[in-house]
Amino acid sequence: MRQYILRRLLIAVPSLLGISVVLYTVLALAPGDPFAELATNPNVPPEVALALRAKFGLDDPVYLRYFRWLAAMVQGDWGFSFVSRMNVDTLILQRLPTTLYVIGSAQLLALAIAIPVGVYAATRPYSIFDQIANTLAFIGFSLPTFFTGLLFILIFSVTLDWLPFVYSTDVKGTGIRWLFEQIRQAIMPVMVLGLFQAASMTRFVRSAMLDVIRLDYVTTARAKGIGQARVIVKHAMRNAMIPVVTLIALQMPAVFGGAIVTEQIFRIPGIGSLLISSILSNDTPVVMAVTFVFACLVVLFNLIADVLYGWLDPRISFR
Amino acid sequence: MAPLLEIKGLKTHFATDDGMLRAVDGIDITLNKGETLCVVGESGCGKTVTAMSILKLIAMPPGRIVQGQILFEGRDLVPLASRELDDIRAKDIGFIFQEPMTSLNPVLSVGEQVAESLRRHEGLSNKDALARTVEMFKLVQIPNAEARVHDYPHQFSGGMRQRVMIAMALACKPKLVIADEPTTALDVTIQAQILDLLQDMKERFGMAVMLITHAMGVVAETAQRVVVMYAGKVVEEADVDSLFESPRHPYTQGLIRSIPRIDLDSAHKTRLEAIGGSVPILIDPAPGCRFAPRCRYAFGLCAEKEPALREIAPGHRMACHLGEKQGVTP
Ligand SMILES: Nc1ncnc2c1ncn2[C@@H]1O[C@H](COP(=O)(O)OP(=O)(O)OP(=O)(O)O)[C@@H](O)[C@H]1O
Ligand code: SF4
Ligand SMILES: [Mg+2]
Repeated sequence: MRQYILRRLLIAVPSLLGISVVLYTVLALAPGDPFAELATNPNVPPEVALALRAKFGLDDPVYLRYFRWLAAMVQGDWGFSFVSRMNVDTLILQRLPTTLYVIGSAQLLALAIAIPVGVYAATRPYSIFDQIANTLAFIGFSLPTFFTGLLFILIFSVTLDWLPFVYSTDVKGTGIRWLFEQIRQAIMPVMVLGLFQAASMTRFVRSAMLDVIRLDYVTTARAKGIGQARVIVKHAMRNAMIPVVTLIALQMPAVFGGAIVTEQIFRIPGIGSLLISSILSNDTPVVMAVTFVFACLVVLFNLIADVLYGWLDPRISFR
Repeated sequence: MAPLLEIKGLKTHFATDDGMLRAVDGIDITLNKGETLCVVGESGCGKTVTAMSILKLIAMPPGRIVQGQILFEGRDLVPLASRELDDIRAKDIGFIFQEPMTSLNPVLSVGEQVAESLRRHEGLSNKDALARTVEMFKLVQIPNAEARVHDYPHQFSGGMRQRVMIAMALACKPKLVIADEPTTALDVTIQAQILDLLQDMKERFGMAVMLITHAMGVVAETAQRVVVMYAGKVVEEADVDSLFESPRHPYTQGLIRSIPRIDLDSAHKTRLEAIGGSVPILIDPAPGCRFAPRCRYAFGLCAEKEPALREIAPGHRMACHLGEKQGVTP
């Protein structure tokens, strides 16, 4: 098992290198760079701007710049953000916890809804409960988060004035009060992301359960008289969760992508809004670093999916 | 002595897109304590549905027991809720299923799958249940039982899985074991081993066995009494000797003639007599005898009136119009 994970991580290295080459090239070819503003700023003499460009090697060929970036990256130097005037890694580490907090809570909410609802609906297919769950899931699935996000803001912040609609990093107060505010401001983004996730997950859990519930070994389990709850949870769910867990792990990168939108709407100072603002301000080192972090997450969650799969299904052996 | 199991007028129907499928349409089966009863019939005649109805293991919906009684030790199981049946499942009635390859849960160890019913019905601790499971595995001759209880189903061959299923069905020492074609999916050599094992177990535990099969050879070897089913009905019922010596229903006769005879030398070997035609559709069946389209003796009355099961000799019952009026016996 440990060997398998190690080998998978080694295999990931070349693909991550490949991804970084592509990312770097695309970003280098994109118009605009951090110094574009200097060139148009009348207060900066053109010689100074040119000297600065030369100093940072901005006019060197792409491959040279890439190798320079890679060498620095390997040594733990992620570059410097000219816009925020701080190191990129510090910047990312500053933003990451908020994103993880919001996305993590949203995923937990989604699981807490999807698993019981999906499983229960599958045990009573086409019942009233199932049909209501299906309809709600369909609606939740078809409404984009930017729409539900704005709707929530309109209802809960503007009309009812229950919840703040701007996420703040430095919450006032201490202790319980601080915790309360942290939770209060996260409610809407977590609901919006979580409900959207829950909708697609519920449909998936339900169909995975429906597939399993009619299988022979579930009948065998029922013939043992161990009770309906055990049959469903221990025998059917254990099996149905195999594809579900895998899908959830594989969807995680997309969830991070989706969080960018939510972070914009609720102005959450997370890694997604960092990406957007750096793109808008041509802060290339940050864009490069954030996209590369996303790429690493994709690889990481792929690995997690495989490991979970093997852990849940004894028929798979790690070799 | 009251019979162990008495099925009276059982009808189990399935709601399908094309209409009500009458999988089991009014059958009576009686099983005494310690008896081996074989239920035979072609594929699709309702054997599995009958067996599954006893413990309400059929999918409901679309399935439904629309009529009849299933008396187990005098108590009707039909009106019982699933929760109440749980006390009877595995404890009093054990089940061995047709497909060893799909009837075991792939993600649980085989030992756990046996042990869980011991914990439920005998109130054993984890440790004691495992010890009893090892004991059962030894009894059904699974080599290296202590280690193998921790293995998963995919690590077993079909024959070994069926041994696990037998251990599972017998673990709580039930009064009745229902074996639904326990050997159909296995190699011929393994088939004989599994049947022998079942026979051994029956002698050791003294339980009654309801053995479902479509192989007349299996019937001849194991049964004390035989019930022949056709298209959701019982067409003949007799002790095994009378059935093989004087089968009375045309369908039974066809079944018996279709057994390959190894005791005749090749010169005398008659051609295997298969029964022509196929099983009738069970949705809106035509009135009259359901076997009529395939019956070589069919006559006017057969298409009009359904023959009732009647006693023609002590302990020998059949459902056919022949011999009732004209005195013709097939
Ligand atoms: N869940 C179900 N839904 C609809 N029809 C069903 C269902 N289960 C069984 N049937 C139908 O009931 C009839 C009897 O099936 P059953 O499984 O009892 O046959 P069988 O005698 O056991 O055959 P085999 O020898 O192939 O196992 C078949 O026509 C089958 O299509
Ligand atoms: S009742 Fe008629 S059709 Fe049916 S088995 Fe007897 S003879 Fe054949
Ligand atoms: Mg069957």
